[in-house]
Amino acid sequence: MGCSSSSTKTRKSETSLKAALIIQNWFRGYKARLKARQHYALTIFQSIEYADEQGQMQLSSFFSFMFENYAHVHKEELELRHQFLESEQDTWDRHDYVDLIDVPDSYNGPRLQFPLTCTDIDLLLEAFKEQQVLHAHYVLEVLFETKKVLKQMPNFTHVQTSPSKELTICGDLHGKLDDLFMIFYKNGLPSESNPYVFNGDFVDRGQYSIEILMILCVSFLVYPNDLHLNRGNHEDFMMNLRYGFTKEILHKYKLHGKKILQILEELYAWLPIGTIVDNEILVIHGGISETTDLNLLHRVERNKIIDILWSDPRGKNGCFPNTGRGGGCYFGPDVTSKILNKYQLKMLIRSHECKPEGYEICHDGKVVTIFSASNYYEEGSNRGAYIKLCSGTAPRFFQYQVTKATCFQPLRQRVYTVESSALKILKERMISRKSDLTHAFQLQDHRKSGKLSLSQWAFCMEKILGLNLPWRTLSSNLVNIDKNGNVEYMSSFQNIHIEKPVQEAHSTLVETLYRYRSDLEIIFNAIDTDHSGLISMEEFRATWKLFSSHYNVLIDDSQVNKLANIMDLNKDGSIDFNEFLKAFYVVHRYEGLMRPDVTNLV
Amino acid sequence: MADEKDREEIIVAEFHKKIKEAFEVFDHESNNTVDVREIGTIIRSLGCCPTEGELHDLIAEVEEEEPTGYIRFEKFLPVMTEILLERRYRPIPEDVLLRAFEVLDSAKRGFLTKDELIKYMTEEGEPFSQEEMEEMLSAAIDPESNSIHYKDYITMMVIDEN
Repeated sequence: MGCSSSSTKTRKSETSLKAALIIQNWFRGYKARLKARQHYALTIFQSIEYADEQGQMQLSSFFSFMFENYAHVHKEELELRHQFLESEQDTWDRHDYVDLIDVPDSYNGPRLQFPLTCTDIDLLLEAFKEQQVLHAHYVLEVLFETKKVLKQMPNFTHVQTSPSKELTICGDLHGKLDDLFMIFYKNGLPSESNPYVFNGDFVDRGQYSIEILMILCVSFLVYPNDLHLNRGNHEDFMMNLRYGFTKEILHKYKLHGKKILQILEELYAWLPIGTIVDNEILVIHGGISETTDLNLLHRVERNKIIDILWSDPRGKNGCFPNTGRGGGCYFGPDVTSKILNKYQLKMLIRSHECKPEGYEICHDGKVVTIFSASNYYEEGSNRGAYIKLCSGTAPRFFQYQVTKATCFQPLRQRVYTVESSALKILKERMISRKSDLTHAFQLQDHRKSGKLSLSQWAFCMEKILGLNLPWRTLSSNLVNIDKNGNVEYMSSFQNIHIEKPVQEAHSTLVETLYRYRSDLEIIFNAIDTDHSGLISMEEFRATWKLFSSHYNVLIDDSQVNKLANIMDLNKDGSIDFNEFLKAFYVVHRYEGLMRPDVTNLV
Repeated sequence: MADEKDREEIIVAEFHKKIKEAFEVFDHESNNTVDVREIGTIIRSLGCCPTEGELHDLIAEVEEEEPTGYIRFEKFLPVMTEILLERRYRPIPEDVLLRAFEVLDSAKRGFLTKDELIKYMTEEGEPFSQEEMEEMLSAAIDPESNSIHYKDYITMMVIDEN
């Protein structure tokens, strides 16, 4: 009692207040740094993804170049020809696709009944949850019917909403079936009273692209006026070659995969460009440009569109070539205002870019990005989201994140997973340019000390890799820094190397082949018209010659020939190019040892 | 004299680049602005540890006269450069952090119970939000004893940051 006791009490509560403040302050700082690390990881993923897309554009132009110059390719072969010419009319009919394929009695998967009903949707969902594969007969039939119906649709679908009929808009799904299940679980299955728009990029990257496509197509056939599909830049056979959908199909459908790919290509061409909601909201996959002419787009033959599927909104006024991706443009808020005003629209909803929260609003509320593939880059990288629209009310956003665990790992573990994944692919990029990087470093290192200032190092990294990343902040993760703050530039290459398939291969050659391995794989696959997995030495040499001239790759032809000769293990004059390319892979020396202990404190 | 000035200029130039990198990562529209709600994260990612109150004052310094919800890089850069040059808001040393936990653990048991930690963090100082509290608990708590062995927790966090 009395004064002294209460002053002790006050003093005590003052100290505990101070202590609490210290702990809170420290924790907030720690949490913020974790968040920043997560953002850096996403920036790495995104830069590399867009740089790869540039590579894709380059590959496209190479194919045109190759087609014109390559005399040995069997130009008469329908497959190759088919891939490069725009097919104006249906070259195949139902008989070629579906009727020749029987569904055996032993098949345990889902059996669809045409004309399709909502029972078939349920059937598919149940089957895919059980990891079953739909028989090729049904795949082809669904694709064929879908294409037929799509052809009747206009380039832009006009949709009206009402309080009893809200519209749900979903963005990129990229083969992530769990995200589609999540959306249907939270928001209900499609129906006349529950319409959906899927804004492109249903396929590629994820493992279940064909399953997603089947669910969407079947739903579309059952509810053609209430399930709207817009074309994305990944609804394209060249993109599918690089980003995994083609592989998935050929793997799941070894017998009939080729047929499926053929009809898929035709289906893509007839996917609508966009949706217009309540005459005031435009929904398309990529974006717009200052020359976007909606009236023209309404009328044009839609299998020829490019820009609209690739553009990205940015803060700077004007319209600039989208150098990040190599296609489409960057459009500023002024372009948005101009185009929206021109057509009396209030908002543009688009997808195409991964956002940490699944959605993002920019250009003063006029442009919304919606992205529905959660954990797109890596477990924990981002949320997915969808939008609900109803005329007269503001759009509502719903977010989710699919996770394998029943409860979330702590933030530090999630960030660690994303970060180490991002750093790994960045390091692989670095090793694929080791020679060029080393050369650039040495040019700056006048005293031949093996060290550069952080500034010099960052400059070289950005210049050679062409990636706009926060190099200074990332430096501690990529390279050794001495106590004076100087970078030991060769230390990046210590714990990682490209496995050489043969000892005699020169390191520059190895690097180049590693760097272009995706492109080469696609090119060789395209040449391998009988899908045997083998190409002749002659074809290999001719293709390599064209490739190196188009890509300005300065590798001695004789070196490549020597390598090919060695790889021709059977000595029968043919090369198994998949084996050839698989032989180039990166070895991380400390993989498996790098993870810190994740156990709980005891 | 001239030498020292050169060195300072180089240091300032390096700070500018570092600040720009941290800022750009949160500049989603690439128009040299960030959402004001991200400023705290940016400042802390540069190694500084302002309290919430100090952060509030900093934001007032870099905001527009009529707040737009966005902070421009041109206003942020000079303020942040000063902070780095003056080495303000230095991070909390490990031993100070340990002593803070020990103060709260008046019985000197070496741990705090879950309820005790929640009470202190959500009622005293600059209280945690529910999200922050859950976040700290998820990593710090030992599920068997429902308590936080703060010494181990701190050690783990320190390893993480390095």
